[in-house]
Amino acid sequence: MECPLSHPIPQIPQFPVALAALLRAVPLAPLSVSLTAVSRSIARRHPGLFRRLGPYSQTVFVLDPTDLPLVILLDPNDGVPRVTLARGRGEGAARIAGPLAALLGLVHGAFDGDALFFSRDLVIEGDTSAALALRNAVDDAELDLSLEISRFCGPMKGPLQRVIMLLERHCGVSLTRAAEGAIR
Amino acid sequence: MEIVCPAGTPASLRAAVTAGAHTVYCGFADETNARNFPGLNFDRAEMRDGIAFAHDRGTKVLIAINTFPRAGDETPWHRAVADAESCGADAVILADLGLLDHAARNHPRLRRHLSVQAAAANADAVNFYAESFGVKRVVLPRVLSVQEIAAINAETEVETEVFVYGGLCVMAEGRCSLSSYATGRSPNMNGVCSPASHVEYHDENGVLDARLGGYTIHRVQKDEPAPYPTLCKGCFSAGEKTGHLFEDPVSLNAEQLIPQLQKAGVTALKIEGRQRSRSYVAQVVGNFRAAVDALEAGRPMPEGMLARLSEGQAMTTGAYKKTWR
Repeated sequence: MECPLSHPIPQIPQFPVALAALLRAVPLAPLSVSLTAVSRSIARRHPGLFRRLGPYSQTVFVLDPTDLPLVILLDPNDGVPRVTLARGRGEGAARIAGPLAALLGLVHGAFDGDALFFSRDLVIEGDTSAALALRNAVDDAELDLSLEISRFCGPMKGPLQRVIMLLERHCGVSLTRAAEGAIR
Repeated sequence: MEIVCPAGTPASLRAAVTAGAHTVYCGFADETNARNFPGLNFDRAEMRDGIAFAHDRGTKVLIAINTFPRAGDETPWHRAVADAESCGADAVILADLGLLDHAARNHPRLRRHLSVQAAAANADAVNFYAESFGVKRVVLPRVLSVQEIAAINAETEVETEVFVYGGLCVMAEGRCSLSSYATGRSPNMNGVCSPASHVEYHDENGVLDARLGGYTIHRVQKDEPAPYPTLCKGCFSAGEKTGHLFEDPVSLNAEQLIPQLQKAGVTALKIEGRQRSRSYVAQVVGNFRAAVDALEAGRPMPEGMLARLSEGQAMTTGAYKKTWR
């Protein structure tokens, strides 16, 4: 006996169009350097994440926030990761595409990857096995990106985190690790 | 009733325990378990830590060693059983006759459950495994009605565990080789049905093709729910007809049948999904724990919220109500 979908899928928030347009003018190289530094800090603090990638620890992933005018190329590089921002589609073995809020929700454990895939909010192309390994490894790492980024902010760490939490409450995007019971 | 919950990673194990799982099942990161997916499962140290975490909170841990060993190469399976015991597992879930015999002879104090992969679907089979190998619990296949489950329980003292949520396997489990026809790999021997290494998705202008081993198993239009390319739920053309030959891409949800399953003598309710995220685990476990607690307190069953987590975003009671074809 089949039953129809009885509960609507929560709408994934879209990145504001005006802000996305501004990003077209932002130089990507300095941002890439900063994100590489954050990713290497994550690699030091969560070595299990890169261990879980197994045979895909040298696979380049294209993370494509579809509401931003850029893609994120993640090269795990055997635990010494490199992050490069690029215009256009970018080149890699596996592409994971969806709204930025969906990708952040996956990292923070707020969303289930398969559910986003069923609802067509997430698209996987290329090496499915590699994409799956990355998703599972990230899910196990229980990352909190706001915490990881604020480690670089010295005395501004506390105020930055407060701003992030305010922003999270205001825009409904998962910017910190989902607390138990707050999972969607 | 006992809720038996999936954990594909240590984080999922912690999520399941925190969400109220009575029992968690998981497996080692190799071909000894039937969810041998990239990025999933536990190494030995993670398993020991996970079991300690669960035991500290009163939750049991079962280790699935439920693929079929290759003749002449049984060592990984024998080592897995020995390591499960030394890690402190509360039971192992086994399918293979030889491995059951090995476990019974060499690890007699380690409780043995029969995996659904053994496809024990009648009281004679269940009692055979109990008498021959000291099996204490049998996971029943997803092809039985509630009445058939009650009939089995009436003829055996062995505990029974049934699936109540998640991926719906419609074949005789442990016997199905459909996946290997398209990919050369099967859940029985390699721990993977529709292995990700052979899955491809192509999204062109919103039309999504899901392929397995180069064969297109599904094509869905823009805004239609996406399915896994699983052969038993594929869309096939035969003669002039095109349709889902065996089963539609749906998930099992027997939440509302829990009272009937309890009356049928079922001991434990199993949730499928070791390949899913900790978000899925937390939501599904919390939902089913609330249902079981309501049942035991004599309250009405809460209405579930699980449709969006389901394949095809549709759910079925499968064979339990026998309206399933």
